[in-house]
Amino acid sequence: MGNDILVLAEHLNGKVSDISFEMIGKAKELAQKFGGKAIAILMGSGVKSLAESLGADSVLYVDDPALAQFNPEAYSRALAAVIKDRAPRVVMIGNTSMGMDVGAWLSVSTELPLIAYVNGLAIEGSTLVATSQIYGGKIQAEAIPNGESCLVSCLAGAFPVGAGLAPALVPAQSVEQIASPVPLNDLKVKFIKLIEPEKGDVDITQQPILVSIGRGIGGQENIELAQELASALGCAVSSSRPITDAGWLPKTRQVGKSGLTVKPKIYLALGISGAPEHLEGMRGAELIIAVNTDAKAPIFDVAHYGATCDMLDLIPALTEKIKG
Amino acid sequence: MAVGLDKIEPGKIIEKEHLIVEGMDISGHWNRMFEQRVIWDYDVDKLEKVAALPGGESLNWCYGCAKCTAVCPVDIVGDYSPRKIHRKTQMGIDLFSSPDLWLCTTCMNCLRVCPKEVNMINIMPAVREQAVLEGYVPAELQKAFEDTAKHGNPLGQPQRKRADWIKKAGVPVPIIKDLKRPVDILWYVGSYPSYHPRGIDAASAAARIFNALGIDFGILGIEEKDDGDSQRLAGEKGLFEMLAEENIATFGKYEFNRMVVTGPHEFNAFKNEYPKLGADFKVFHYTRFLVEHLDKLKPLLKKPINLKVTFHDPCYLGRHNGEYEAPRELLRAIPGIELVEMGRCRENGYCCGGGGGGMWLDSFSKEHTTMRLSERRVREAAEYGADVLAVCCPFEVSRFEDAAKSTGNDKLMVKDILELLDESMRG
Amino acid sequence: MNIIVPIKQIPNLTDELEINSDGTNLDHDALQYVLNEFDEHAIEEAVLTKESAGDAVRSAVTVIGVDTTGELDSVLHTALAKGADKVAKISGDFPRGTDSHTQAKLIADAIKNMSPDIVMTGVQAADDRDGQIGPMIAAHLGLPYVGVVTSVAAKDGKAVVHKEYAGGVMAEFEVTLPMVVGVQAAHQPPRYAPVSKIRQIAKTAKVDDISGGDPVGSGSNVRKMFKPESAGHAEMWDGDPAEVAEKIVGMIREKGLLK
Repeated sequence: MGNDILVLAEHLNGKVSDISFEMIGKAKELAQKFGGKAIAILMGSGVKSLAESLGADSVLYVDDPALAQFNPEAYSRALAAVIKDRAPRVVMIGNTSMGMDVGAWLSVSTELPLIAYVNGLAIEGSTLVATSQIYGGKIQAEAIPNGESCLVSCLAGAFPVGAGLAPALVPAQSVEQIASPVPLNDLKVKFIKLIEPEKGDVDITQQPILVSIGRGIGGQENIELAQELASALGCAVSSSRPITDAGWLPKTRQVGKSGLTVKPKIYLALGISGAPEHLEGMRGAELIIAVNTDAKAPIFDVAHYGATCDMLDLIPALTEKIKG
Repeated sequence: MAVGLDKIEPGKIIEKEHLIVEGMDISGHWNRMFEQRVIWDYDVDKLEKVAALPGGESLNWCYGCAKCTAVCPVDIVGDYSPRKIHRKTQMGIDLFSSPDLWLCTTCMNCLRVCPKEVNMINIMPAVREQAVLEGYVPAELQKAFEDTAKHGNPLGQPQRKRADWIKKAGVPVPIIKDLKRPVDILWYVGSYPSYHPRGIDAASAAARIFNALGIDFGILGIEEKDDGDSQRLAGEKGLFEMLAEENIATFGKYEFNRMVVTGPHEFNAFKNEYPKLGADFKVFHYTRFLVEHLDKLKPLLKKPINLKVTFHDPCYLGRHNGEYEAPRELLRAIPGIELVEMGRCRENGYCCGGGGGGMWLDSFSKEHTTMRLSERRVREAAEYGADVLAVCCPFEVSRFEDAAKSTGNDKLMVKDILELLDESMRG
Repeated sequence: MNIIVPIKQIPNLTDELEINSDGTNLDHDALQYVLNEFDEHAIEEAVLTKESAGDAVRSAVTVIGVDTTGELDSVLHTALAKGADKVAKISGDFPRGTDSHTQAKLIADAIKNMSPDIVMTGVQAADDRDGQIGPMIAAHLGLPYVGVVTSVAAKDGKAVVHKEYAGGVMAEFEVTLPMVVGVQAAHQPPRYAPVSKIRQIAKTAKVDDISGGDPVGSGSNVRKMFKPESAGHAEMWDGDPAEVAEKIVGMIREKGLLK
C-alpha cells in the first residue's frame, strides 16, 4: 500500500469543476503528512490543458474521443484499474452527480471502504479520520476506515478551492498521459447528448434578490404569498427541491445541487431548512437572510441573519412594508 | 337536451308539430309526451352497482317524492339533490365518475325529511370509497388525504408543531403526558384549532375560559391526530380507521373522566364512530360542557357585547347529534347580545359546505355550483341584519370569513362562540 | 419488462434526531422510520416505466428491501397499492441503521436470479454514510449504473436515461439493458395510495420473505456522532414578524435594491 492520494477530477463543458480543485488542495495537505504525493486523474478528449490546470503533485490523464463526456461505466472501470495498479492510500471522489455514480461502485469492486458525504478529513498519527455530514445535514459522523486504504466522497464546498489550482510553474514531468486502462469500445453506457437547462419564464441566476421558499410554505395555496412579495420587490421566487418536486413551481426555479447555482445580492431563505444539496446552490449569495421556525435548521449556519418567526406571518408583513 | 332524452328511442316520443289548446300555442316540445314505459326499459346496472355496496342499498328505495330537493343546500346553489341523483343513476349515469359524487356535504337535511329513509350519509361514503380505490379523486381532496396520512392533519402541517399554538394562548395549557396524573377533562383540540390561525384564536379563547373556570384539563399535544371522520365521509375509510386506531391507542394511555372536543365533526366521530372500533369514553362538545358550568361562567361575562348576533347550526352538532340548545344558551348568557334566528335554522339549518370532505373540495364545488354554500349562508345572515355570525365549528370561521369578503359583506363579523365568551369575560 | 426496486427505510428527518449514550450512533429505537423519499420516486418511476412499456403481461415491478425495522410490510403494502406487482423483504439480524454495504449485498444476492431488465432505486438516502446502494448493487451484479436520473424510457433492450448535473445541465445516455438506475425524481410526483387500498391489500398480500446472509459491514467505524454547531454565523433577530420585516427591509434598502 502506497501513501499517495488519488483524486478523480471532474469536468463539464471544457471546465474543471470546483470540487476537483477543492479535493486536490486537501489531497496535497494529506499527502504531505502521509509522505506521499497528491495525484489527480482526469479523463477526457483533448484535455491536456485541463490536466495542466490541476495543481496536484502529479497529474495522469487519459485522452480518448470516447471519453469526451463523462461516462459512469468508463470512469468507474478505468479508475478501478488505476487503483489496482497504483494502490493509493486514499482515493478522493466528489460527492457529486458524477462522483456518486463512481464511488460506491468502486467500493464494491475494489473492496475498499467508502466513507461518503465527507466534509472533513484529518490525520491522527497515521490514521485517517473522515467526517460525514448525514441525515440531511443534521448529524456529523466521524469515522475511521478499516484497513489502511479507503475511498472518500467529498461534499462540494467542504474544502477551499485555492490550493488545488495549478501554480504558475507546474513541473512538466508531473503531467503524464496514460493509455486508457480499460477498452472503451464495448461500453454498455453510451453518451448521447447534453441538454442545457430550460431558461423558462425568469432566469433565477440573474436576479439581484431571490425570495426562496421551502417546505415551510406549507401548501401550494401559499405560493401566491411568495409571488406577491417577489413582485413587490421586483424580483423572482425560487425554491428548494421539495417545492419543484411537488410541481408547485417549475423546475427552472430550483436552487441547489440538482437545480441552479445562484449568487444574488440578497437571498431570502424562507422556510428552507438547508439540506446540504440546497446550500450548495446558494452559499455564494452576497447576503443570506433565513427565516425558519426551527432554530436548529442548518440554513442558519450559512445565513448572515436569521429569525425564527413563521414565514407565513412574515411574508404578508414584509410585502406590506415594501409596498409602503 | 333534457337529461336522459338520449336514452329514449325516437319512436316512443310523441310530439305534435303544431298544437293549440284553449287558445294556447303548445307546439313542438311544449307538448312532448312519451309512450308509457316500464322502468326496466332502462339499463339499471348503474343503480344496481350503487345499491350493491354495503351502505349503498337505500338509493334504490327512493320513490321520487322530491322532499329532499326542497331542503338540499346544494340544490339551492346548483342542480342537485338525492332524488336527482337517484333519477340520473336510474337512467344510466355513472355516479362513480360523476362530479355529483363530490358535491354532497352529508349535511343530513335530506334524510330528515325522507319518507323512505334514503340515507346519503351512508350512500356517499360507500360510493366514494370505490371511486377513491379506483383513483377517481379530485386533486385537492387527494391532497388533504395525503397530508392527513403523512402528517396526521389535513392542513399538511408538521405533527411536531401541533401544540405550538399553546404559546399564543396566554394561559397554561397542560399537556397530559407532562402532567403524569389523571385529569378530569381531556380536551381534544382538533386539527383546525391547532393549526389554522383563526382556529388558534378559538382554541386560545377556550384555554382562557377553561382556566377561568378552574377546569382540571389536559391536551394530547403532539400525540393528537386528526379524528378522520370527514375523510371517512369523503371516501377514505381506511385513513379514518388508521387514525381511529392510533387515536384510541393514545386515549387509552391516559386517565380522564370525560373528553371535551372543540369541533362537531370530532364530536360525531368520538360519539358515534369510534365506539364501533372499541372506544369507550364520554365525550362532550364544548357548548354542552360550558352550559354545565353556566352558573360559574355567567358572573365572569362582564363586558356587554352590544351586537346583533345570529347563529349557524353546525350540521354535525344539530341534525346529526341533536344539539340545538347549548350554543344558544351560551350566546344568551353574554350580556348585550341580541340573538336573531335566520330562516334556515335548527333542524332546517343551512350547511356551510365544509362537511363530508367539502372542506377540501372548495374549487371543485365552486366549479359545479353557482356559488359556495358558505356564500349563500353569509348572504342570509346579512339579510337578517346580523352584525355577527356566530359559529361553533372550527371549519366554519375561515369559510364564512372568506365568503363574507367574496360577497361584499365585509361588515359581517364571523366569530366562534368561544371568542365571544372570551371577549365578554376579558372585559 | 422486469423491474426491481430496492428500497431503504430511514429515520423521519422531521423528528428530532437524538444520539445514543455512547455517542456513536443515533438512538434508533426512539425514531420513527419512513421510506427514503428518493425510493418513493423510484417506485413511481418504475410503475410509470412498466405502464409505458405497454407489455402488461410480461411486465412486473418487484419492490424489495431489507427489513431493518420489523415494519417493512406496511411500506411494501403501500408499494403494492401504488402499482407494484410483487414485494419481498429480506429478514435477519439487521437492526435499524444497517449500513449500505450490507443492505446492497443482501439485495444483490436476493435479486441476482430474478433476471431484472432494470433495477431502479433511489439515488441516495439520508443515512448513506458508507455510500449509496444503487452503484453497489450494480457492482455486485456486474451491471452498468447511471444515477441522478430524472427520466427513464426503455425499449427493445435499451434504456434512454436523463442524468442531472449541477446547474440544471442534463446528459442523455443510452444504456444496454440490464442496468441499474439511481432515481433522483420520477417524471411525475409520486402518486397517492389510498389508505383504504393499502389496508385492503394488507389483508391478502403475500410478502416474500427471504432470509438474508451475514452482514458485510460498512468498512469503517464511527467513533463519534454529533450534531453540527447550530450557532453558525447567522446573527439572530428576535421580535415579531413585523419587527423582522422591518429589519429585512432595512437590509434591502442598505443594498440599494428597494424600488
